[in-house]
Amino acid sequence: MQMQKLAGNDVLLDVRDLETHFYGEESVTRALGGISFQVRSGETLGVVGESGCGKSVTALSILRLLPKLTARTVGGEIRFHGRDLLKLSPREMRQIRGNRIAMIFQEPMTSLNPVYTVGHQIAEAVQIHTKASRSDAMAKAREMLRLVRIADPERRVNNYPHEMSGGMRQRAMIAMALACSPELLIADEPTTALDVTIQAQILRLIVDLKEHTGTAVMFITHDLGVVAETCQRVIVMYAGRIAEQASVTDLFARPAHPYTQGLMRSVPDRRHGRQRRLPEIPGIVPSLREPIVGCSFAPRCPFAIGICREKTPTLRDIGPGHAAACFRAEEVMGG
Amino acid sequence: MALYVLRRLVSTIAVMAMVGIFIFLLLRLAPGDPAAIIAGDTATPEMIANIREKLGLNEPLPVQFAHWAHSILSGNLGISIFTGRPVLELISQRLEPTISLAILTMILSVTIGVTFGILAAWRAGGLVDRTLTALATLGFSVPVFVVGFFLIYFFAIRTRWLPVQGYQPIDHGFGPWLVQLILPTMTLALVYVALIARMTRASMLEVLSEDYMRTAAAKGVSSYSMLFHHALKNAGVPILTVIGLSFAYLISGVVITETVFNIPGVGRLVVDAINNRDYPVIQGVLILASGMYVLINLAVDLAYTLIDPRIRY
Ligand SMILES: Nc1ncnc2c1ncn2[C@@H]1O[C@H](COP(=O)(O)OP(=O)(O)O)[C@@H](O)[C@H]1O
Ligand SMILES: [Mg+2]
Repeated sequence: MQMQKLAGNDVLLDVRDLETHFYGEESVTRALGGISFQVRSGETLGVVGESGCGKSVTALSILRLLPKLTARTVGGEIRFHGRDLLKLSPREMRQIRGNRIAMIFQEPMTSLNPVYTVGHQIAEAVQIHTKASRSDAMAKAREMLRLVRIADPERRVNNYPHEMSGGMRQRAMIAMALACSPELLIADEPTTALDVTIQAQILRLIVDLKEHTGTAVMFITHDLGVVAETCQRVIVMYAGRIAEQASVTDLFARPAHPYTQGLMRSVPDRRHGRQRRLPEIPGIVPSLREPIVGCSFAPRCPFAIGICREKTPTLRDIGPGHAAACFRAEEVMGG
Repeated sequence: MALYVLRRLVSTIAVMAMVGIFIFLLLRLAPGDPAAIIAGDTATPEMIANIREKLGLNEPLPVQFAHWAHSILSGNLGISIFTGRPVLELISQRLEPTISLAILTMILSVTIGVTFGILAAWRAGGLVDRTLTALATLGFSVPVFVVGFFLIYFFAIRTRWLPVQGYQPIDHGFGPWLVQLILPTMTLALVYVALIARMTRASMLEVLSEDYMRTAAAKGVSSYSMLFHHALKNAGVPILTVIGLSFAYLISGVVITETVFNIPGVGRLVVDAINNRDYPVIQGVLILASGMYVLINLAVDLAYTLIDPRIRY
């Protein structure tokens, strides 16, 4: 089921059978139904899927930032350098956050604290994780702002978030996330909320910085087009599970899951300059409140047969470094 | 910013002028002859005429106001009709107990109220939160004098831990001064603790669910710093507002508390002045109290800009 080939020494993050639930008044939402994947040192792993498929929950589960009262990771392991993050004390976990694993979010407009200057917020990350003095941390903040190509960092370092544009705030977020040189950067749809032209600049910036710093990146997006531009490997998520996992080349050349194919058909052609839209696959995403019998994609799947509605397909190897959770993956890939 | 402060000062002066006119008219526009009201039921016509002359009531209103305002601005709040002593002197003799009570009450209310509110928001629905809700209900619904008598009964009469009533000036020693003020302060503070804690809780709850709090957590910020720096500063503006208002409303609570605990403060002075229809004293206290009120509001408005950089004028 798991791709043994990847389990080498260079595995940075090894997620196994991760299960996260949300507890409502009367119902339990199984947001993650047991997912397994790995991130290797220095690589960029894409995580794609429609809205609501569990991408953000995956990211928040890794950093243990889920809302305390309503959400819980009920099963699985998250091994970072071999140590299970789920077993760390809150204090040990804080030493990982922002230091060895950093995260940037979808909403640059609301993700920075409005009452502190951008410089203060970057310097804070530095001071939490190093013994740097206040002035050294501020110097680091200026250096980071320069690194993310913000013009006039000497002045911008004293700006409050509301004095900056959305694109600039996202750059500041990236500066903050990379200030302590993390080994893994989780980017949760970092460009979705931005203007199209700014999106391209921010993408470029992340790709360049990744090459410059060697940080591994887990790049979350609902846009396969972005994956093609930025990632080496991809996992495709559907309804809290992994539908397919492959190198970017394999995924685009031989998509093995009908869901992936559906996503690909709805990637807009950028040459026509149209605003990107959410993928349009007929049918609706199943509710995660009731246990799903059979394959969760079966109701929308053109390939679905009897077994798909009775048994849940597990992720299985269908080629080197290529796995899909579909009974008919070979036929899907072939035809 | 400097311009804002200037504008704010000018408007403060304007407000004080309005308040001055109101306080002035309070006496002159009261139904009936003010001199007769002051003189009381058993006064002879000569006594009334005498008072009328003394207060300058025979002159036209604007002239009276001009005289009155001029003397107040030069620091003369008039002469008490009842005691014949300068009003300013009467008030300043009574100022220490009142200010002591007000300041202690505010220190207690703000520290306990804000801390309680933060903890309640941090573990919403938990034990602290539910205790707070119960306490707040108590604080809002039970009158000050009931709380006062209850505390006196329990901590002074039953257990004899604390003195029943009275006041010790601070230059007789800090210890006795503080011990005398514990019960009155607790009595008066209860409602403000409740008010400030509820506002802090509501304001913090809103802030804690903001995206930037998650960003702070993702950076590795500690729980303490999340609450007391990242969240509290954002929740600060409404909290500060309610603190400012509490301090202003404290003035009325002080009157009752001073009566219950037999503290010789400004509150008692006013109560006596009202009983004696000593209008100059009432006016003098009103002017000082509203001056305090306006100054507190000014201070709160200026403090907003220090808390929240988005507030610019
Ligand atoms: N705060 C929450 N409370 C309850 N359920 C949630 C919450 N956040 C996410 N979920 C559930 O988890 C599922 C996955 O959400 P999410 O990971 O945010 O999707 P996305 O892939 O768009 O990032 C959602 O469909 C929803 O049912
Ligand atoms: Mg999301």
